[in-house]
Amino acid sequence: MNILSLFVLVPILMMIALFFSRDMKTIRTVMVAGASILVILATALTVMFFQERAVSDAEMLFVSSFKWYPSLNISYTVGVDGISVAMLCLSAIIVFTGVFSSWNMPMPKEFFLWYCLLSVGVFGFFISIDLFTMFMFYEVALIPMYLLIGLWGTGRKEYSAMKLTLMLMGGSAFLMVGIVGIYYASGHETMNLIEIAQRHIPIEFQRWLFPITFLGFGVLGALFPFHTWSPDGHASAPTAVSMLHAGVLMKLGGYGCFRVAMYLMPEAAHELGWIFLILTGISVVYGAFSAVVQTDLKYINAYSSVSHCGLVLFALLMMNRTAMTGAIMQMLSHGLMTALFFALIGLIYGRTHTRDIREMGGLMKIMPFAAVCYVIAGLASLGLPGLSGFVAEMTIFVGAFQNTGVFYTAFTVVACCSIVITAVYILRTVGKILYGPIQDKHHIGLPDAAWYEKVSVVVLIIGIAFLGMYPSGASNLIYDSLTPIISKLALL
Amino acid sequence: MDFSNFLYMGQEIGLLILFVILFLYDTFCTANGRKYFQTIAVSGFAVLTLYGFLPQICNQSFLVGEVFGGMYVSSDMTILMKNILNMATLIVFLQSRQWLQTGETLHRQGEFYTITLSTLLGMYLMVSAGNFMMLYVGMETASLPLACLTAFNKYKEQSAEAGVKYILISALSSGVMLFGLSFLYGGLGSMYFADMAAGMQLSTLTVLGFVFFLGGLGFKLSLVPFHLWTADVYEGAPTSVTAYLSVVSKGAAAFALLFVLYQVFGKVLGVWEPILWWLAAITITLGNLFAIRQTDIKRFFAFSSISQAGYIILGIISASDQGMAALVFYVLVYLFSNLAAFGVIAAVEQQSNGDTRIAAFNGLYKSNPKLATVMTLAVFSLGGIPIFAGFFSKLYIFFSLGAQGQWILFFIAALNTVISLFYYLLIVKAMWFQESAENVSSFKTDTSNRISLVLCTAGIIAVGLMSFIYEYIQTISFGV
Repeated sequence: MNILSLFVLVPILMMIALFFSRDMKTIRTVMVAGASILVILATALTVMFFQERAVSDAEMLFVSSFKWYPSLNISYTVGVDGISVAMLCLSAIIVFTGVFSSWNMPMPKEFFLWYCLLSVGVFGFFISIDLFTMFMFYEVALIPMYLLIGLWGTGRKEYSAMKLTLMLMGGSAFLMVGIVGIYYASGHETMNLIEIAQRHIPIEFQRWLFPITFLGFGVLGALFPFHTWSPDGHASAPTAVSMLHAGVLMKLGGYGCFRVAMYLMPEAAHELGWIFLILTGISVVYGAFSAVVQTDLKYINAYSSVSHCGLVLFALLMMNRTAMTGAIMQMLSHGLMTALFFALIGLIYGRTHTRDIREMGGLMKIMPFAAVCYVIAGLASLGLPGLSGFVAEMTIFVGAFQNTGVFYTAFTVVACCSIVITAVYILRTVGKILYGPIQDKHHIGLPDAAWYEKVSVVVLIIGIAFLGMYPSGASNLIYDSLTPIISKLALL
Repeated sequence: MDFSNFLYMGQEIGLLILFVILFLYDTFCTANGRKYFQTIAVSGFAVLTLYGFLPQICNQSFLVGEVFGGMYVSSDMTILMKNILNMATLIVFLQSRQWLQTGETLHRQGEFYTITLSTLLGMYLMVSAGNFMMLYVGMETASLPLACLTAFNKYKEQSAEAGVKYILISALSSGVMLFGLSFLYGGLGSMYFADMAAGMQLSTLTVLGFVFFLGGLGFKLSLVPFHLWTADVYEGAPTSVTAYLSVVSKGAAAFALLFVLYQVFGKVLGVWEPILWWLAAITITLGNLFAIRQTDIKRFFAFSSISQAGYIILGIISASDQGMAALVFYVLVYLFSNLAAFGVIAAVEQQSNGDTRIAAFNGLYKSNPKLATVMTLAVFSLGGIPIFAGFFSKLYIFFSLGAQGQWILFFIAALNTVISLFYYLLIVKAMWFQESAENVSSFKTDTSNRISLVLCTAGIIAVGLMSFIYEYIQTISFGV
């Protein structure tokens, strides 16, 4: 069996095992074992990928295909390039840490069943190179969110769950039109991404297919003005779901924009990219400014995600190799960082029962481990050298400045401002809740992170530090894989 | 004279034999023998359903042919469509047992099965018609007994009212349709599909005739603006009858419309395509918008089924073999999804003493997790969520639209899936998130209903994943 299909098969097997689990201990065993297997698989895949890459120059490796609906040319086709491998590693890590962050969930069986279904969707999306299966897995990843947020969430959870589901499904309605459109515009012979890329989609089709496809994926990538599901959704979701959603699911949007919209329709990307560039520019700055005025920790982080994910799309639309490398790095970096943030916020909220920064203070004295980790996450977010955020944003802005022209330069300058604003809201939060006097006397004596929370947090910090200290590891993976799309975009 | 070609009507003859057996058994059996009535009816019908699959299993075509000089046509496609109707009816039979065995309907359960079978016979004839008179006779045979079924709980005001409404509406629609048919006959000089198609010419008379014909069938399909009876009748009729109306009756009408438009009016695509375009767009949108406001689950599913009928029409608009395949596949999937939902409604209704408000579903996950799960799968499938069959069927309808370049209609339909998802999620919300007002204890479902739900669930999960079903339908489909 193809190693890639295992990424989908393992969560499915986990679901079956969960179905027959009776007590908490079995459930935890199943989840930890399954998630560990996924991490091992991802590591093994990375090693195998480098080995295979050395001897093969095919665009996608480990390709395997199974004809599903021959009359519509739908097949289940899997294959990876460096970018998908990087995304798979990220997803495996987040899924793994998410398990530890939801150690004591009520109704654990149901929770983890939906959680596994979510991961089926995520992994399936990243391994697919067939438009149909890609879209199918995309939707599989969306729908469990409704129940996960509605049942296990906090605050206005029913409202948020409905809002999130409907907005994302609205995006996927656009995608549905886009994907069928791409299929017929490219001569209805294949659904395989790589083969479609070799055909030419007529420009009059590209002109309307590109915007709807980009928009469809952009909704999940929190593109302004379709980002409003994100703050509410993330704030209401339970910890592990926020982690997985902000960490991985939002990356599905960026990945889709790049892999489907821009790769298949480069002419339209050049022609219409500026519209979306303006929107992403707004996302970046607006997200950051909104984060400054929030008082709820989760809202702060959710708006910061809007800003950072906006940066991903922004960099992609710059359409040069450096910026795009930066975009993928930013996806990885933001995925790890935001997951760490949400894990810590969940940890703090679980003890203090408040997420309002005005009601907290001096947590450094009460739970030093969690507080130190929070500082690390904050520093990564505002781009301290040595941590992942710096590498990613640096690459993005270097790449962005390579584009000549007043329009691009102006937007790059505007986007650069977000770094400063990020520093404002991160330092403000850190200063307010971690330092200073203890605000609430009830907080004294609260326990520090438990061992399972430590596992989750430490794994994420290792990831962030690894990416920050050894960026060439990731960029090696990414750089060559960008060649096909760059050459398609540069042809014009 | 050679009567052997009567055997092409094997499915109809089988149905007739079963009807006679059940009728005689019901008339002459003792009170003790009546206990086995449901078992006999269901197993007899199951045999008939299997018989329909026989040509495919043995890979022979002993049912394919024409009878009465082309009045009656049987092809692989009609056999498949009848099989679909059969499966749906079988599931309805399984679901109706619990309702039939309570109170006033106990001694009349024979009537239910025999009347249902006679409507089914009418629908068979509609599907197999090669002549408009046959189509009309089939439609009448299907409609009149359906009114009896709708009013089956005759001591309940709502049910009786629904029966009256249904009979008035079907009489009206039959009248309108017959009026249209007379125009068509006047314009084209024949009632045979093949002759009419050969001599098809556009004139005011034929166009007018077509519009009236479409109006008549539009009532059966409950397309907007012919939908006004739907909600009231669905609400008043006994739940199993509603299920039958929403799936079998609608499916048969869709199949009949498909054949007529493809075979008779294929050449004048330009006339009916814009009409259906608007009908579909309005039906889908209005059905969805009205469904949002409903508080009664049966009315809710009435509007949901109106909107689903709009999606079914989309397959006809494509006017290609792909469109036909997508439509038949859609009805097949819709059968499993909708009947799963109605099975759950029937079970909950029995438990809550006839309460069919959506609020009756509050906290169902706590009191009966299995039923809640089946319902969740059913609405996910209706809403088009992967990996359930509804996702595939909807997408294939969209594919067939895309192939014809109907992008605007596609877009309208795609956006409507989001609206439909909103109200389907309201049910999920009621079952999973909301607490029940009164403390409903956990309850068990009737065994035969449980079998039906297992069948439906298997269908919802398997039909989309097993591609050979769609591929088979595709091979026997034909375009305009």
